[in-house]
Amino acid sequence: MKLTGAEILCESLTRLGVREIFGYPGGAILPVYDALGKSKLHHVLVRHEQGATHMADGYARASGGIGVAMATSGPGATNMVTGIATAMLDSSPVVCITGQVSSKVLGSDAFQEIDITGITMPITKHNVVVTKAEDVARTLREAFLIANSGRPGPVLVDITKDAQQASAEFNWEASAPKLPPKRRRNNHDQAEFDRAVEMLNTAKRPIILAGHGIMVSGAMRAFEQFVRAGNYPVAMTLLGIGCFPANNPLNLGMMGMHGEAWVNNAIQEADLLIAVGMRFDDRVTGDLRTYAKSARKIHIEIDRAEINKNVKVDAALVGDAREVLERLMPHIQTCDHGEWIRHVAELKGDSAVRDIQSLPDNGHLYAAHVINDIWKETRGEAIVVTDVGQHQMWEAQYYHHNRPRTLITSGGLGTMGFALPAAIGAKFAKPDSEVWVVVGDGGFQMTMSELATIVQEKINIKIAIINNGFLGMVRQWQEFFYDKRYVATPLVAPDFAALANAFGIRGERITKRAEVVPTIRSARESAETVLIDFRVEQEDSVYPMVAAGASLSDMIRRPNSPLVETATEP
Amino acid sequence: MDKNMQTLVAYVENKPGVLNRVSSLARRLAINIDSLTVGPTENEEIARMTIVAHTDERGAHRLEASLEKLVDVLLAENISTRALLERDLALIKVSADQQNRPHLMELIKVFRARVVDVAPESLIIEVSGAVDKIDGLLEVLRPFGVLEMARTGRISMTRGGDLLQPPASESASSELESTSSNV
Repeated sequence: MKLTGAEILCESLTRLGVREIFGYPGGAILPVYDALGKSKLHHVLVRHEQGATHMADGYARASGGIGVAMATSGPGATNMVTGIATAMLDSSPVVCITGQVSSKVLGSDAFQEIDITGITMPITKHNVVVTKAEDVARTLREAFLIANSGRPGPVLVDITKDAQQASAEFNWEASAPKLPPKRRRNNHDQAEFDRAVEMLNTAKRPIILAGHGIMVSGAMRAFEQFVRAGNYPVAMTLLGIGCFPANNPLNLGMMGMHGEAWVNNAIQEADLLIAVGMRFDDRVTGDLRTYAKSARKIHIEIDRAEINKNVKVDAALVGDAREVLERLMPHIQTCDHGEWIRHVAELKGDSAVRDIQSLPDNGHLYAAHVINDIWKETRGEAIVVTDVGQHQMWEAQYYHHNRPRTLITSGGLGTMGFALPAAIGAKFAKPDSEVWVVVGDGGFQMTMSELATIVQEKINIKIAIINNGFLGMVRQWQEFFYDKRYVATPLVAPDFAALANAFGIRGERITKRAEVVPTIRSARESAETVLIDFRVEQEDSVYPMVAAGASLSDMIRRPNSPLVETATEP
Repeated sequence: MDKNMQTLVAYVENKPGVLNRVSSLARRLAINIDSLTVGPTENEEIARMTIVAHTDERGAHRLEASLEKLVDVLLAENISTRALLERDLALIKVSADQQNRPHLMELIKVFRARVVDVAPESLIIEVSGAVDKIDGLLEVLRPFGVLEMARTGRISMTRGGDLLQPPASESASSELESTSSNV
C-alpha cells in the first residue's frame, strides 16, 4: 500500500497505541497535520510548544506509557528544548516529532531551519533525522522502543518536509525496529551479589533509599515484599514518592534538602544504605564528604553510568529494580531490626509538635494548611502535579501519596512552568482520575496560556495557586543566605480569579483558612476546571532545610516561635 | 602507566554524526580527550575508535558506561589496565641541509623511522610506534628545526587471546527489549 510519509507517520502512531498528540502546527509539519485530520488520532492544540512537551511528559508519567509531542521546525522545535530536558533529567519516555525543512535545502539556513538534532543531542536519549518516507515507520518504532526501554528518556524524530510528502510502500511487518547490535553485558556478578546479601543480613541499622526507578520498573510489589522481609525503614526521594505507600509505618517520608530531620538523621546514623532506583542527587546527599559516613552502601540501579558517580558504593547490583529485588528476596533473612526502628522513631523527637499543622490557628493562611486540606479532602487519591519551588516541597511533605504515579513533578531539572501543562497531559492519560495542579504564582505565570488549551479541550482539572507574592524559594534563600536582600523576587501577578474568568474558567480567591475546605469541596463538585488563588503567608519558609552543599546533619529546623505574620491584606 | 590517562576502545555505527555524539558526550562529562582515532573495521558498517582521555579510573568508567548508552555505540571498554599494543604514527617535516643531513639519517635509523619525502631544504620523516618513541624522536629532531608535524593519535589493541570484537548482529537490540508490546 502506497502512502505519503505523513500518512505513514499517523498510521504508525496509531499502531503504536497513541491516542493523543500534543502539538502546534507550522509550515514544515503541515503535511503531517493534513494527514492527522484524516486519522483517528486526537490532536491537542497547545499554546506554546514547551507546553506540548510537558503535556507529553505528564501523560507519560501518569500512564507509564509514551507521551507524544509535535512541533514544526525552527522556533517550534527550539521551544521544545526545556520540556525535552525536563523529561531527560527525570527519565520520562517522551517522543517528540518535529518538522524539518526539505532535505534539498538542509544546511542552507532556509526559513525556519534549525539543527534541532544538534541542539537536543545532549538532552535526548536518542535523536534522528528522517529524510525518506520509507524510513518513517521503522524510525518511529525504534524511537518508541528506545524511549521506554531500560532507563527511559526522550527521543526526538526530525522529519524533513519532503519525507512527509513523498510516497512509499507502507509495510508494518517489514518496518520492524533495526537497531545496532549491542553487546549484552553480564551484569550479574555473583561475588558482588553475595557481598550485598551478606551486608543485608548483617546490618544493624539499615535504611532503604527508594527512588523513581522502582516506579519505572513496576517493582512496587517486589519492593513491598522486600521491605517487609527485612523490616527496613524507607526514605523516599522526591520522584520516588508514591512507589511505597505513605501510610506504611516503615515509610519515613522524603529525604534530602527538605526532608524531615529524622529521615536525614537516620541516614547519617545508618550502617547500611540500600539505594533502589535512585542516583544520589546532590539534593538528596548534601555534602558528600560527610554523607552517611558509617554506612556501607548497596546500589540497585539499571544505569551503569550511575554507579559510583556521586557516592562510592560497596556493592552495585546493576539491573532492573524488580528483577534484582526478586533475585535478592530468597536470600533475605527475616529480621525486625526492632531496636533500630525504635531509635528512628525517637529521632522524630518534637518534630510533630513543631509541625505547622499542630500550631494553633492564628487566622493566617499557610501553604502547608492548604496542601494538607487538599490531601484530606481528596483522601490522598488525586493525581497531584506540582511546579517547582516552595509549594513543591510542601506538597511532598503534606500530601501523602499511597499509590504510584500520583505525584508528578519536575525533580532533576526543576522546571518552573511544568505543572499546568503536565497536568493536562496527566488528565488525558487518566481521564477518570481527579487531577490537581499545585503551583506557585511565579511558575503559573510561565505557562498560564495553557488555560486556553483546557477550555478548548473541555477538560476538568483543579488548579491551586499557592500565591505568596514572591518567587518564594528564591526569596527563602535570600532570607537565609543573602541577608534578606529580596532582589527580583517580589512578584506582581494579575488577579488570577479574574484571569481564569477571562478564559471562561471559574476562579476563586481565598484569603482565610476557614474558606479553604469549603472552596476545595465546591471545586471538586464541579465538573469543570476550577482555579483557586490561595493568598498565603508571604514570607513563610520551607523547613527543615539543608543549605546547598552543607552536610545532611546540619539542618535548619523549624523555628519554635510562631511563624512570621505578614499576610497580605485581601 | 599514567593513572590520569585512560584508553578506551569503542565500536560504533559507521555513519554521520556518531563522532559528534561521542565527542559531545566527553565534553558533557567534562573529560578532555587527548586523542581520538576512528576508522572502519573489516566490516565497513562498523567503525572502531580508540579514545585516550585525561581522566581517572572513575571518570573512565563513567565515560565507558555513558558511551554504551548511546544507541549508535555497540560496545565501549576501558582497556587501560590490560596488556596493550599501542601505536601512533607521525609525519615530521624537518629542515635538512647538505651538512646535517647525514647526522639526521643516523638518528632516523636509530629510531627505525623512514624518510618518505626528500626536498633540497627539508625531509619528511614517517615514524610509527608507541607514543614515547615518537616523543623521543621529536625531541632529538627539534634542534634541526621541525617545520611541520602531523600525528594520527593512538590506536590500541589488547594483546594475544584477549579479543575485543564487535557484537554480532543476531544479538540485535538485546539491551532494548521492549516494555511496550506494540513496538
